[in-house]
Amino acid sequence: MKNTYLILISIIIIVVSLGIGPYRIAPIDVIKCLIEPKNSVNTTIVWDIRLPRVLFAFFVGAGLSVAGSAYQAMFKNPLVSPDILGVSGGAAFGAALAILVFNHFYFVQIFAFVFGLIAVYMAYFLAKLKYDLPILNLVISGIIVGSFFSALLGIIKYLADPNNQLPQIVFWLMGSFANVSFSAWGAFVIIALCVLLLYLLRWQLNIVAFGDDEAKSLGLNITLLRKLIILLSSLITAASVAIVGIIGWVGLVIPHISRLLVGSDNKKVIPTSIFVGGIFMVLMDDLARSLISGEIPIGILTSLIGAPFFAWLYKTQKRL
Amino acid sequence: MIEAKQLNFSYSDSTILKDIAFSIKEASICTILGPNGSGKSTLIKVLDKLLKPQKGTVLIENQNIDKLSLRVVAKKIAYLPQETDISFSFSVFDVVLAGRAHNVGYLSQPSKQDLEIAQKAISLVGIDHLRDKIYTQLSGGQKRLVFIAQALAQQAKILLFDEPTNHLDFSNQYAILNLIKKLIKNNHLTAIITLHDPNLAAWFSDTIIMIKNGSILNYGPAKDTMTAQNLSELYDTNITVLKNNDRLFITLSEFV
Repeated sequence: MKNTYLILISIIIIVVSLGIGPYRIAPIDVIKCLIEPKNSVNTTIVWDIRLPRVLFAFFVGAGLSVAGSAYQAMFKNPLVSPDILGVSGGAAFGAALAILVFNHFYFVQIFAFVFGLIAVYMAYFLAKLKYDLPILNLVISGIIVGSFFSALLGIIKYLADPNNQLPQIVFWLMGSFANVSFSAWGAFVIIALCVLLLYLLRWQLNIVAFGDDEAKSLGLNITLLRKLIILLSSLITAASVAIVGIIGWVGLVIPHISRLLVGSDNKKVIPTSIFVGGIFMVLMDDLARSLISGEIPIGILTSLIGAPFFAWLYKTQKRL
Repeated sequence: MIEAKQLNFSYSDSTILKDIAFSIKEASICTILGPNGSGKSTLIKVLDKLLKPQKGTVLIENQNIDKLSLRVVAKKIAYLPQETDISFSFSVFDVVLAGRAHNVGYLSQPSKQDLEIAQKAISLVGIDHLRDKIYTQLSGGQKRLVFIAQALAQQAKILLFDEPTNHLDFSNQYAILNLIKKLIKNNHLTAIITLHDPNLAAWFSDTIIMIKNGSILNYGPAKDTMTAQNLSELYDTNITVLKNNDRLFITLSEFV
């Protein structure tokens, strides 16, 4: 029942958001354009400019939130975000490298995606060098890999042309949905598939959250499941970051809000995260393109609103 | 029912278990006694396939557990760890339902039947009133009951308890063991338990395995093994065993 409401709210917010921006369109006109695309300015704006942007914002918000929820269960820690294994750090380096060398958005996306995954693989490989694979090893190797890539990013920034390339890198790191189009369909597909798989795995996340020995003795192949969760979450984050840059806080805060709404059972947390995360990101992007005449980088907004909200949550909730 | 053959286990440089061999028959309670660090918990984990012994085998119903998947092992053996720290506010029902994991496909959800089995397990342990409470807010004794219900929901024939009386008060220790004993006998199950209090072990167990430095010191029916001499050797202290109407009272000799 609750999910039906969330789906309904999502649809309403998406439709309204399609009208928001420098060129305003009333919701009723948006619906007309969606149902009956005509050769008009409204149709072009709704279909070609706003729809990919708003939909991708929803996908990214949903994806990062689900990845965050899955990681929080797997790491048995509600303070974990999808970045924990260094995916964003790797992606940031990849994007900056591509800006420095190729300066073409296509390469920026590919490099960000690939280096995001490389960073996670490195963290996983490093953790595996230990005899066993307790969760703590993963956290530590994530920190190691993350700071390594942040140093590499520093080198690129240092080498970049301060008049042209450096601002590009800085802007990319702050994130934006402004240039999203349906040509990035690959990212749409990757995020959708991975979210769907994590959605199907949602009850297993409860068992994973009990810890390794407990999950194993309950009959779970924890090694396989953990690999799967890391793979799916990393693909989601890497695909998001590759297209829109770094977006903080969503993957950390939305799982908390979802648990506040429906309790800790991941059977409910995961679907709630999908919709709450999607709605949150669409609203943030609405603000990004309507608060001032220009665009506000989305990463700034999510942190600017996410951080105080988390502080409030931290203060009012006894247990996070 | 469950049989250990020449089990040897070591972490990279230190040997934990040496040539452990025993066999426990169906519908009985076996207690593992031993000083701290003697290898009790490790042995329990080896029996549940959580740790792989370097040498030796564990047989359940004459099947080598090394050849069985974790899922199949979970259908046969339930393991209750000393402590389970859960970071999320799962309800008691959610925790008990986790016992059905071996019956739920990775991409699917617990069936109606799984929910019923979990509910039955809750009733069997007598914690219906806790069903919707948050697990992390329960007392130590209540938490223990929840995990006993989870083990029952698992519907395994063999239950492994690692110090079920840990952190429980004087009367709760007895209450928990009494409940375990009742459940074991009524449902024709087999239990292997580690305990620290030889008094509880003597009252509670059919057989006793005494472990010291990773080797079996003594192994047999409780009434034969629980002697002052064996216990003194096990704990490296002078221990006196008093007898009153067939009940044993075990204490340090200096207290007598």
